[in-house]
Amino acid sequence: MNNISTPVTSIRSQQWKEFWFYFSASKSAVAGLVFLTLVILMAIFADVISPHGPAEQFREYAKIPPAWMEGGQAQFFLGTDYAGRDMWSRIIHGSRMSLLAGIVVVVLSMSIGVFLGLIAGYRGGWVETLIMRVMDTIMAVPGLLLALVLVAILGPGLLNAMVAIAITYTPSFVRLTRASTLTELNRDYVSASRVAGAGPARLMFISILPNCMAPIIVQGTLSFSTAILDTAALGFLGMGAQAPIPEWGTLIAENRDLILNAPWTVTFPGVAILLAVLSINLVGDGLRDALDPKLKRS
Amino acid sequence: MPEPLIKARNLHKYYGIKDGLLQASKNLKALSGVSFDLYEGQTLAVVGESGCGKSTLARLLTSIENPTSGHLSVDGIDMAKSHDKATSKKLRQTVQMVFQDPFGSLNPRQKVGDIIQEPLLINTVLSSLERREKALEIMRLVGLKDEYFHRYPHMFSGGQRQRIAIARALILKPKVVVLDEPVSALDVSIQAQVINLLIELQKELGLAYVFISHDLSVVRHIADEILVMYLGKPVEHGPSEVIFNNPKHPYTQALLSATPSTNISIKRQRIKLIGELPSPINPPTGCAFNPRCQHAHKSCKISEPIMETYGESQAACLALDEGRI
Amino acid sequence: MALLEIKNLVVDFATATGSLRAVDGIDLTVDEGEIVAVVGESGSGKSVGMLALMGLLPWTSTVNADHIVFDGQDLLNMPDKERRKIIGKDISMIFQEPMTSLNPCFTVGYQITEVLAQHFGGKRRSYNDKAIELLNQVGIPAAESRLNSYPHQLSGGMCQRVMIAMMIACQPKLLIADEPTTALDVTIQAQILELLIELQKSRGMALVLITHDMAVVAETAERVVVLYAGQQVEQRTVKQLFKKPKHPYSEALLNALPERANDKLLNAIPGVVPGQMDRPQGCLFSPRCDYATTLCREKSPNLNDGILCHFPLGDEKKKTEKSIKLEPQ
Repeated sequence: MNNISTPVTSIRSQQWKEFWFYFSASKSAVAGLVFLTLVILMAIFADVISPHGPAEQFREYAKIPPAWMEGGQAQFFLGTDYAGRDMWSRIIHGSRMSLLAGIVVVVLSMSIGVFLGLIAGYRGGWVETLIMRVMDTIMAVPGLLLALVLVAILGPGLLNAMVAIAITYTPSFVRLTRASTLTELNRDYVSASRVAGAGPARLMFISILPNCMAPIIVQGTLSFSTAILDTAALGFLGMGAQAPIPEWGTLIAENRDLILNAPWTVTFPGVAILLAVLSINLVGDGLRDALDPKLKRS
Repeated sequence: MPEPLIKARNLHKYYGIKDGLLQASKNLKALSGVSFDLYEGQTLAVVGESGCGKSTLARLLTSIENPTSGHLSVDGIDMAKSHDKATSKKLRQTVQMVFQDPFGSLNPRQKVGDIIQEPLLINTVLSSLERREKALEIMRLVGLKDEYFHRYPHMFSGGQRQRIAIARALILKPKVVVLDEPVSALDVSIQAQVINLLIELQKELGLAYVFISHDLSVVRHIADEILVMYLGKPVEHGPSEVIFNNPKHPYTQALLSATPSTNISIKRQRIKLIGELPSPINPPTGCAFNPRCQHAHKSCKISEPIMETYGESQAACLALDEGRI
Repeated sequence: MALLEIKNLVVDFATATGSLRAVDGIDLTVDEGEIVAVVGESGSGKSVGMLALMGLLPWTSTVNADHIVFDGQDLLNMPDKERRKIIGKDISMIFQEPMTSLNPCFTVGYQITEVLAQHFGGKRRSYNDKAIELLNQVGIPAAESRLNSYPHQLSGGMCQRVMIAMMIACQPKLLIADEPTTALDVTIQAQILELLIELQKSRGMALVLITHDMAVVAETAERVVVLYAGQQVEQRTVKQLFKKPKHPYSEALLNALPERANDKLLNAIPGVVPGQMDRPQGCLFSPRCDYATTLCREKSPNLNDGILCHFPLGDEKKKTEKSIKLEPQ
């Protein structure tokens, strides 16, 4: 009798197919996605693919150049640092730290930011003014400086660095969500839910929020890459991940003095940061193009 | 004579508009002095162009907003008083609405089944299975296939979306349905399907309709009574056939004249209206229609006309009062 | 020689679910000073066809035709640079949503003078007087002060008039109006249509009016082309079409109008316009046609004296078996 058993999966797969069609129209976005996938796999299987332990020191092999340069050794592909630790292994394990930093920062700032943005947009009045002015204040202070201050208060460490950075990213999510909320609030489907008797919670989280997600997701990917950069910066300043955690920024900080003698110890972590951030930005661009309903297609 | 389902007497709705931070707020008179009765199974058409206040009226009837002054009662419940939960629920189950834009009135991120069930989810304690049954029942009634239950709105055409919107409006079994330009955004052939559906549903479920539209040809077909509005004020009110065959107010006549017709064999006397529709923030003094009216007189710029009865209909026009037309 | 001659225009779009043929073989001839209406519902391809002519379609589209000739020049194979000289000058187009067709960042005066400067060269400001003259011609009161207004300060009807002023500034030979009054109120609609006809007559301009409103067609156009699902089904003079339509779709469309309803219910056309996935094998209208036969359902019709139908409606009604009872939509 009820033949609504038409596979929901087929509808889902059609949506993915459509999304992929528009996403793959941008070659650079696909390239970014491929590289990002490699980084993720690298982070997941770090223990397996890394030739040595990240903290394993080979004292007699300190400051060995990369394998293709004169004096290099095959077992230390990208050379070793001042304490004889294999750079390649450290970078592989460092990817875990960077990705973790990106995820934690984005999840924290997005959840708090979206929640505040929804309330500000929906309620209006003094609630909105209060929230937006607080956000304005946060935005008025340079992000990294604010993060430094927060870390100084909370104490150095990767987790504290992530929390501090998350706080500095919250205002952009609040702004974005509030703007989307204000637009969606006047749409007929929200009025229809109101007429059906929906209360504020249902209107905000079930009616409006799902329709604001596209710009939030795009902002999320961009924040992901900036989070990696900022975590690296804090690490470089010694206020983030502490040695011997192989976070990429910390790697650069530790080997700062060797920049002339053994440049590979700073270059490769830097290149890793560059490539990871670039690939995430490319994916973010591709996402925006694919998710933007306003781009006229047919 | 049974009690009317909706009783509106002299409804006013004003909004305060701040014209800059330091200026005093001006009054936007969205509705001024609307009165009507709506009986069970009847269709009242509210006709007018932009700024006439028909959408405001829709919002008042569905209790999205409250009137600034005047009396509005729905099924005996006075809308001006604040309501407890139970009364609010009863109101929602009495009056429901179908919106104009089939592409905007359905949440793009919700499946059709969820959209239709939502009023049940909010207002009743039915189980998920019972809700689904009722939703499917309504879907069949409006001509939607069962398998549409799990699909998203963007997969449907305009006409199908309006059916979904109608299904959502009917699931609480209301007595009155407010239809805000329900077919304006649809193609002609689909318009006809949806209008037929509305007519059949009215017969089958005994619904009363408040049909808001600017398209007089559609309205003629479905309405029992017509209320013509201009800039928030009622200008003519009467039975459908009387309004069409013998419009008294100059605006109604101009509106009918401006509506194009495919009957090219009949030569029509074109009433050309000059000028733009005035803005509700800065309405003309006296009769709102006077700047564009061919019968305007000095008195029209000074005093506002009130609704008077002329034969079987009512009209608000000083020229009629003074016997000039 | 006709002003505009389009033969067998075909437009395809690349979509996520394969290729979509939005326009399938439209022929259109417009003579100088003529008013032709292109009528169709959504999915008929009426706007797409004209946008293809103007070169305004997105990157996902492919345009093909036997030929597209305007004023003796081949528009189909013309390089973009050459085409830009013609578009906006000899061929102009006004769109449906007047509030969004004008650039909200620039004043009305700027936009009109920009068009003139673009096509005739020289300093933009030197065209201010011409702009005032144009605004007067389209019936905008206090034209001089309006030059400095922004689009959001004007009503829908005024915006459409400004749009028209911009588009006739360069004295085009052909004006394409894509649903110019659909977004406007009824009384304003009447004014705008009247303005268009007046301008058309006084300037000897040809006008292609794209619309879904049959009543507008009846009161405005001389010839009409009826489109269905991207195909051209009928092309006649307005008088002939409204007196005795020859294609079943045209007839059904006219009968579906509220003013032609006989009793309480309207004469709705059952079913919907075929989309990308559910195109019928034979005639595209056959699932909804009252006169459809097995031949109609199996074989696509060819143009039969300008009518795309196996059995054009003549004097003898061929109302054969009713079309299969359609399931609820």
